Amino acid sequence: MNWRGIVYLGSRYLSRNRGKTALLVIAFTLVWLLPAAIALVVGKVEEQLRSRAVGTPLLLGHPGSPLELVFNGLYFTKPEIATMPLSTVDTLADSDLAQAIPIYSRFSAGGNRIVGTRFDYFRYRNMEVVKGRNLIRLGECVVGAKVAEQAGLEPGDSVISSPETLFDLAGVYPLKMHVVGVLAPTGSPDDSAIFVDLKTTWIIEGLGHGHQEATETDANQRLESAEGTVSLNASVVEYNEITSETADSFHFHGDLSDYPVTAAIIIPNDAKSRALVKGRYVSDNTVQLISPGETMDELFETVFSVQRFVIWLLAAVGAATLAIGALVFLLSYRLRRDEFRHLRLLGADLGTIRALVAFEAAFVLATSLVLSALALWGVESVAPVVIRSLIA
Amino acid sequence: MITLENVRFSYPGDSFELRIDQLDIESVETVAFVGPSGCGKTTLLNLISGVFLPDAGMITVAGTRVSDLRPQERQTFRIENIGLVPQNFELLDYLTVRENILVPFRISSAKSLPDDILARCEELAESAGIVSHLGKYPSQLSQGERQRSALCRGLITSPKLILADEPTGNLDPENQEKIVDLLLEEASRIGSTVVMITHEPELLPRFSRTVNVLELREGGAR
Repeated sequence: MNWRGIVYLGSRYLSRNRGKTALLVIAFTLVWLLPAAIALVVGKVEEQLRSRAVGTPLLLGHPGSPLELVFNGLYFTKPEIATMPLSTVDTLADSDLAQAIPIYSRFSAGGNRIVGTRFDYFRYRNMEVVKGRNLIRLGECVVGAKVAEQAGLEPGDSVISSPETLFDLAGVYPLKMHVVGVLAPTGSPDDSAIFVDLKTTWIIEGLGHGHQEATETDANQRLESAEGTVSLNASVVEYNEITSETADSFHFHGDLSDYPVTAAIIIPNDAKSRALVKGRYVSDNTVQLISPGETMDELFETVFSVQRFVIWLLAAVGAATLAIGALVFLLSYRLRRDEFRHLRLLGADLGTIRALVAFEAAFVLATSLVLSALALWGVESVAPVVIRSLIA
Repeated sequence: MITLENVRFSYPGDSFELRIDQLDIESVETVAFVGPSGCGKTTLLNLISGVFLPDAGMITVAGTRVSDLRPQERQTFRIENIGLVPQNFELLDYLTVRENILVPFRISSAKSLPDDILARCEELAESAGIVSHLGKYPSQLSQGERQRSALCRGLITSPKLILADEPTGNLDPENQEKIVDLLLEEASRIGSTVVMITHEPELLPRFSRTVNVLELREGGAR
């Protein structure tokens, strides 16, 4: 058999009918690519979500959806979840069974979540400040690598928290925060967050504030002055930035232990402590204590069942596409019957004709396989970035 | 060159039967097959080329008993010894004229592309007046140009025998003349035997012999 001749004739047929060839290649490429890409992306999503969830032993929060708690406490989404008082976290920390790191993830600035926490969080997540320094005082923030990159932030710059209620004139004013540090990239939602001290988030919420010293106000700013008490009217200046000059005027009313947090990462000292902590909260209706890894397992059980269904559907579509492809080749074979008959008259044997058709089919299949492998490689390359941006 | 003895052929389920007791065609002879439609001219051509096998009798071409060859051997024999020129050109629409002319070398394991084949192709196309069309596709050619391309393809292997099945049937008189001129001149140059089916009486004097297939079946002209 003249294989060079067969390859030549087959190639010429395919290139001369390149529109039909391209359509077949694209259709077959999608048949191979779609199920593989879905499986790959779901696998990557699972890997990304699970690694953070599994790396967090326990999560404490207000009773409600465990999944929303995980998303708030680990991925800083779902800001609207119910809060619990800080005292709940501190009580657990005081038990000496576990370390407890409170998180208040409710506000945002320029589309990035503001995460109020304590210094322990950075140690626990092995986060390093690569530019500037870490938090020292109120009104300061350190920004994740992606926030710094996207907004071009450097130490010395500032970010302003987004207004919570646009039309509420008596509501919370945006707080101008000073960027004092940029964190090293971690490939996690931390890269897209702005970290502040817990108290700073409470100031954003309006639970703490700073204003002119009452005793230094003009008479026309006072409503009344009684012994030891000065009542001021609305003209008193409230600060929306914490500076060295205004820092001393910021204060909180009431007991800080009653102030809200959305979640707390609980790190038991050992397996026994873990069991004790879990046992302590198993019948407590005021909070929920969950294992993020187990919660994500439940989520992925649902995701995988949907994925299986989608892949079955794609398999059915793929089978239909392959059948149509086979039909195209069959019809093409019939349309070319005269051509093949004449090639036989000229001296081509039946094997040559069959090899010619087989080469054309094999070319389409092989090209689609190569293209789908390349596309899958591309998906694999960009998937982590896309998934991180989606999760963040 | 060609000998048929006591050949019998019929199509399954058809009353048509071709009976030829004896036919001899010498080397370098140019023979025109004539006869009314349906008398068996094309069938006879297919028997000579080995496309059909006789039910009985013996067919010898260039010293080889074609009727005794196995299918694969017949294919090889055909491509090595016979140049076919069909009535409907049968050019492959996805190949250029040059590529069509070279097709016999692409489909046969018995023939590899000789080094000088492109020069031979140009030379043939020059003789046929289609050298400027070598890079074109069949759809870009006129009927006459297509037939000349098909003729060049039949001649490219310098076959010992050229079988032409009414190659002038779709052409105007001027093009008929050109095709026959080209066929006979090239055949003479390479020393080929020519058997051509035709319905054009004015072309017959150009051939060394005319065989009426209807008479041949009835035991006439040999």
